[in-house]
Formats: sequence, C-alpha cells, structure tokens
Amino acid sequence: MRQDVDIRQQEGELTGLAEAILRQAKRLGAAAAEVSVSEDIGLTVKVRKGELETLAFNADRSFGIAVYDGQRKGSASTSDSSEGAIEETVARALGIARHTQDDPCHGLADADLMAAHLPDLDLFHPAPLDTEAALAAALACEAQGFATDQRIVNSEGAEAARSQSCVVYGNSHGFMGAASTTSHSLSCVLIAEDGNGMQRDYWYTAHRNPHALETPEAVGRTAAERTAARLSPRKVATGSYPVLFSPQAARSLAGHVIGALSGGAQYRKASFLLDALDAEVACPHLHLVEQPRLPGRLGSASFDGDGVATVEKAFIDAGAVRNYVLSAYSGRRLGLPTTGNAGGVHNLLLKGRTKAFKALLNDMDRGLYVTDLMGTGVNGVTGDYSQGAAGFWVEGGEFAYPVHEITIASNLKDMLRQVAAVGDDPDQRGNIITPSVLIETMTVAGGG
Amino acid sequence: MSLLIREAERTLLDPAGLSRQDAERALGRLAGAGADLGELFLQHRVLESWALEDGIVKEGSFSLDRGLGVRALSGEKTGAAYAEDIRPEGLANAVEAARSITRSGGEQVRALAATDAPPVHDQGNPISALGEQDKVALLERADQAARRIDNRVQEVNVRLSLNFETMLVMATDGAWAAEARPLVRLDVSVIVAEGQRRERGFAGAGGRRPLSSFSHEWPEDLAKEAVRCALVNLDAVDAPAGPMPVVLAPGWPGVLLHEAVGHGLEGDFNRKGSSAFANRIGEQVASKHCTVIDDGTLPDRRGSLTVDDEGTPTEPTVLIENGILKGYMQDKLNARLMGAAATGNGRRQSYAHQPMPRMTNTFMQPGDKDPAEIIAACPKGVYAVNFGGGQVDITSGRFVFSATEAYLIENGKVTRPIRGATLIGNGPEVMTRVSMVGNDLSLDPGVGVCGKDGQSVPVGVGQPTLLVDEITIGGTAH
Repeated sequence: MRQDVDIRQQEGELTGLAEAILRQAKRLGAAAAEVSVSEDIGLTVKVRKGELETLAFNADRSFGIAVYDGQRKGSASTSDSSEGAIEETVARALGIARHTQDDPCHGLADADLMAAHLPDLDLFHPAPLDTEAALAAALACEAQGFATDQRIVNSEGAEAARSQSCVVYGNSHGFMGAASTTSHSLSCVLIAEDGNGMQRDYWYTAHRNPHALETPEAVGRTAAERTAARLSPRKVATGSYPVLFSPQAARSLAGHVIGALSGGAQYRKASFLLDALDAEVACPHLHLVEQPRLPGRLGSASFDGDGVATVEKAFIDAGAVRNYVLSAYSGRRLGLPTTGNAGGVHNLLLKGRTKAFKALLNDMDRGLYVTDLMGTGVNGVTGDYSQGAAGFWVEGGEFAYPVHEITIASNLKDMLRQVAAVGDDPDQRGNIITPSVLIETMTVAGGG
Repeated sequence: MSLLIREAERTLLDPAGLSRQDAERALGRLAGAGADLGELFLQHRVLESWALEDGIVKEGSFSLDRGLGVRALSGEKTGAAYAEDIRPEGLANAVEAARSITRSGGEQVRALAATDAPPVHDQGNPISALGEQDKVALLERADQAARRIDNRVQEVNVRLSLNFETMLVMATDGAWAAEARPLVRLDVSVIVAEGQRRERGFAGAGGRRPLSSFSHEWPEDLAKEAVRCALVNLDAVDAPAGPMPVVLAPGWPGVLLHEAVGHGLEGDFNRKGSSAFANRIGEQVASKHCTVIDDGTLPDRRGSLTVDDEGTPTEPTVLIENGILKGYMQDKLNARLMGAAATGNGRRQSYAHQPMPRMTNTFMQPGDKDPAEIIAACPKGVYAVNFGGGQVDITSGRFVFSATEAYLIENGKVTRPIRGATLIGNGPEVMTRVSMVGNDLSLDPGVGVCGKDGQSVPVGVGQPTLLVDEITIGGTAH
C-alpha cells in the first residue's frame, strides 16, 4: 500500500477551521480567544524476527481552544471536528470560564509580540506513506542487528515510522500561523544473552528529512553492539567517584535545569534554582542556549504556543542564569516579558569546555560512564538527585566492564558546579542536544 | 449487560447513523480477509478538570474524544487503523486499511454473544453528577485546610479530574461487551518553607466511583496528608547509600510488585522470551511468603474494569502463589499464541492505540505478622512509606522505585526521616528476599498511572507491610 500525501494541502482548510472557531467564540461572548488545530497523518511498520508484526495507520485531527471572559479563563479540546462538536466545545470552554476566578495575569500575549514573519525553517520533507519501503527498511535493520553479533538471540523488533503534521495557531489579535512538518524514524530494540542472563538495548535514527537518516544497517549494527556490550554486568563497590554521562543520559540533566528555570516552577516557588536570575549557578564554562530557528531540526519552530516569535537566547551564559523559560502568563506572574517559550523550549543546546570523548575518559581515569538512567528520584524543589543507572566501569581511562543495578546520587546544585568538561559528541536527535558531561564526583551505590 | 450494550450503542452508534448490522458487516469484511480475529472498538470519552493555584480556581478544561479502532490479527501480525469520527466512511476506510495485512481466505464471524459479567464499578457520569460551584468548592476546601494546618505552607495546588468513558467492543470471535467507566481523582500538592529549606508534599486519591461516595472530609484529609509529607521532609537527613534491609509500608509501596514482578509477568514479554520470568511457570520466583494477584474485579478501584478493552471479563489472576510462578496476564493475541486463556488484561489507552497485556489492580496477599514486629525485627535499615514511581527493564529484571517519604530504622525503631532516594534491585532476586509479610494489606488511594510502549492506563497496587532483607538504597551517605 502506498499513499502520496502532502499535508500542506490541508493548511488552508485547518486555517479556515481555526478562524471559524474564533468567530464562534466571539459570537458566544468571549472577550478574547486562542485556538490551535492540528492534523497528523502517519504510518508505522514494525517487524520482529524477520516477520511483519504490526502495520498501523493514523490520521488524527484535533483542536483546542482557550477563551477569556474578562480575566477568567476556560479551555476545551476535542478530536471531533464536526460542526456540532465545535459548537459544544467552545460553549464548554465559556461555561468553565464563568466558574473560574479572576486572574489579572490571564490573557493573550501582547499583540506586538506576535511572530510577524514565519520563515521557512526547512522542516517539510515528505516521502510517500509506502508500507513496502518501510517494511524493507525495518527488516534490513533488524537483520543487520542479528548478523552483527551471535550473542544477539532475540529482538523486541525494528520499527519504521513516517508522519506529516500540520499545526495552526490563531488568536483574536488576528494572528494566524501554520507550520507543516515531517518526521521520519527507524529504531531497533535487541536482546543479547550469555551465561549470565539477558540484556537489552536499542538505537534509533530520527530526522525531518528521510535522506538524512542513518542507514537501516547502521542502526541495526549500533543497536547490536550496544546490546552485546552490556552482557555480564557487575556491580560497583559503594563509594564516591567521577561520573561521565553519555550524550543520551545528559539530556535529562539539561531537562532538569530547564524545569527549574521554567516560569511555573519559579512562581510556584518549586525550584532548586529559585530567584536565580543573574546568579551564578554553574561552572563558568557552561552555557545552556536555545536556537529555535535552526533549519531542518526536530525542535525548530518560528512561533511559540502564544503566537510569540521565537528568539535565540541563553538561559545560562558562562554559568549565570540570564533568562527564565517564560510564556506570556508566567512572565506576567513574575513581572517579566515572555521569552517566547509558551509550550517549552525549541532546540536546547548544552555547551561547555569541550574535549574529545577519549580525553574525557583519560581525565576521569577511574569512575563510572553512565549510559542509562532509571527512575523518578529527582526532586525539582530541592535538587536532590538519586537515579538508577547502568553503564561501564572505567579504569585507567579505558572501559573495563559493564555495570548495572547501581544508583548515582548528589544534588543538582552541586552537579552544576562540578562539570569538569563536556564531550565533542552532541546527540543531534531531538529537541535537547547534549554532549557527554563529566561530573567531578557523585555517590555511587552498588555492592557492599 | 445487554442494557449496557444498548446504552453504549446509543452513545456511540446512533449519532453516527450506524446500526449494529453495519458493525456486523464490518466484522464480516475483516473475517472474510482471513483474520484470526477482527475487532471493532468504539469509544467516547469526556474529561473535565479544575485547577486551583494562589487560593483561586483559575483554570478549568474540558475535552471530548470519540473514535473507533479496527484491528485484524493474523498469526503474530496485527493490522490496525482508526478514525476520529465515528462515521460510516471512517469505519469502512479503517476496515480496509487494517485488513491489508491478512492473507486472503475466509473465516467465519461467530454470532455475537453479549457478555453477562455484572458491572464491578459505578456506571454513572461524575461530571454531570455535581454542579460547577460544588466542584470549585471542593478545591477551595482543600486549599483552605492546607493553609490552616501550618503557617509554613507557602503554595497550594489542587486539581480535580473527572473522566467518563463509554466503550463498546465487538469481535469476530463473538465478543460483544460495553461499559461506562467513570474515573475521578483529587490531588493536593503543597510547598512548605522553613529557613533555607523548601519541600514539596503530595496527596491524591480517587477511583471509579461517584464523588459523593468519598468521605465528607475528603478534601481536608488530603490537604492534611500533603502538608504532613512536606513537613516530614523539612527535617530529612541524607539517605544512606548501599545495600541494606528495607521495610515497606502497606498500600502504595506495592509499586514494588508492579515493577519487580508485574511487568515481567505480562504475556507479550513471555511469549517473546524477552522477560526475566520467561519459561519459569512452576518455579520458585519469590519467597514462600509471597502470593501476588492481579484483580480487575475489585469494586470501584482505579484499576478496575468489568471487561477489558477486548471484551473479556476481568478476573482475579494468581500470578505467584506461595512463591511459585503460576501464570501470566494475557490479552487475546498472546493467549492464542501461547495456548493460554485470555485473563481480562487486554487494555488500550484509547481507540487510537492497540491493546496489550496490562495490569489492573496488582497486590500481595497479607501474611500473619504484626507490622510493629516486622520493624522491630530490623536492627538497622530503612522504612519506606511513600513512593514517587518506578520503572523496570523486564529483560534483565532490574527495577527501581523512588521513595519520597522514608525513615531510618535504628535498633528496631523508626527514627529520623531521610531525603528521597531511589531503590534498585533485580525483580526475581528481590522477591526471594521478602522474609516477613504483615497482616495489614491495604490498597493504594487511587492515583496510579502505568506507562508501557507509550500508552498510559490507570492501575491500582497494594500490599501489606513487608521486609526485604537486602536492596540497594541510592542515597549519598556512606
């Protein structure tokens, strides 16, 4: 089955729908309103042990509206875009607004902040929704995984996915923005076994442009190598050691910092970086920057969830907090202008004193390389950090053996001040782009 | 049950101009393509929530989702498609897309047989059962109570979520079932401060029952519990690091079972041989004190269902009995391929997702020990009372769960509170180290959410007080 789809052809219809919903809100008495309409079309093919396992098609359309009745707010959403459902959904949002209470900070972002120009960010690279091509890619990927190492004995499957989506946001200032994007991915989860049990690991590739994906064979090979390398893991004697986070594991560290700098955490006083604007919270060589308009990236966007133009900025510059992560609402709560981050960040990059990965291992000499984190042991209010971990023990700057069933613990405030250096290996797949990160010391709990 | 089916048809089929015969014809198309199982799942779901912050209810939201999911199963293959509008064309397109995986050939549709399982929970709509002002008042009462209890309370957030879902499922194996599923939940979260220290506390509760069935002091009780949790942590000292004995409190710490054994006993992982428990039925996988059950029939619980999302009535499924592995949790696909019976554990997040074996309410049967005796039997260790959540790698068996309220045990007595820490172990190993089980089984208050393959479903857990002889605690003090 092969469908040639181009979701950009829906932009006009979705924009018309957004306008109709805004008109409906006005007719029903909303003082101001904002609406987002989205459509997503996709195909997912999953194979396991050389056979097709799942073929799934999706075509989703949904919309969400927020209405303001004076300084009161109500929201509603639905996946049903029939005329009756639109009417009911808008009426429900207004009904809710009548029972909420005044908040002077509610309301649309200021009209002059709306994104005036919507540049082409090179985010749309369609390929036909072709089940045969997706099936071939997934099969080749998994087969290469099995062929790479004879200890790969089982598979959780390889999955190829393609999707196109179109998001339209509009509000009663008259702003109306549309963004169509494509996403292509291929992933593979393998299981290896030896006399000491089974281990699993995975690898994936994801990009807006299908031609920029890693080859199916490369994904399968990497998945197999990573999985086999984890066999026969040991524990580590409990103690304090340097800890090197892999680029994938370091992504969550950047995420915790962004969580602590978000407007919501700040005005709820639920942040371990409370009132930290302009304070030095990290090593002077660290920078956490947002580049929302990089062409072709998975995180790129030209306007945020308020319709405000996105803009390049540093959240942390040379170790000091320069910006919080703010929407129009959370900005008003804190008496600050929005940073164009309603709905989150777009392309967040962690940078610092950079060394080759091998040099980081040499600097660490003896310690823990963490590839995998588990658990919910991060307290955003205090910064207390305690997570399950797996990875490799490093001796004399070399990988000695895989380790698992250990925890790593510290406090994020201390960890930010103890970043010795970062790697030259940022993982470009995704919205948060982090290199390896070497932390001077953490408590590792394992054996007695 | 046929009344429930008629009620669901009124919500799901009638407005779309679809008849039961149209649905049966669609099943015929799926069967005609040679599917081992063809299935239609229709769903209508309404969610309303209210949020309080800064002492005022400043946001409310409403969402309405309806749609249909079509599956065709053939051997190990699944074809799936769905449509957001329940309409004749959407149904026809989804059927054609789903059946594209099947070989040609003809199977028969078995006559639909309505499930006669009696409802295990309330069938009423919690959204329309209470006026908006009364809902707002519940949030305000929790806020005022939290601020009244202690002047160290700085921030209070309260959320009320009311969910009402109607589902209808019909399949070529004759399955024909429907039910209405209410789900309510009230959450209170507070921030307290003293000097330079700030801490968060949380309490929540709910279930598949009307708001009117909770105690009159429900919002105040939750506020009190949230404030208590936060204040305890103001005095917390660094948690220990390394392996040591742990006493788990009853109720929500049953998340241990969910992670250490629950996921590893789901049928799909065992059919594929990817679970650390695969091919171990009849073996000793836990200490003889452990009997673990998954039971979707418990009345009104968050994880309870009359029928699963494939129309199979739920049942108490014994997973582990006196330490011996007895059985797995199954959906139809994995049951058929393993030659086992479906156990009523086929669940899906929504019509747009595919069913898989999932837990409902998972708990351990009580033992005969007095809880005080269990703590006294532990000279030095940790008493863990509250958890944030957990995670498991079912292939290696390693799992974590993260404590948010825990204490040191010194000389057989509970002493100082410790900072939150993650506990890590290997499921099959840890379960063999359960050496004492209390007589105080309790179930969690109704806030559990389980994630698997990107799908979230509400679940319950429970256990009595129990002693694990050794598990690794991820603190900083060593």
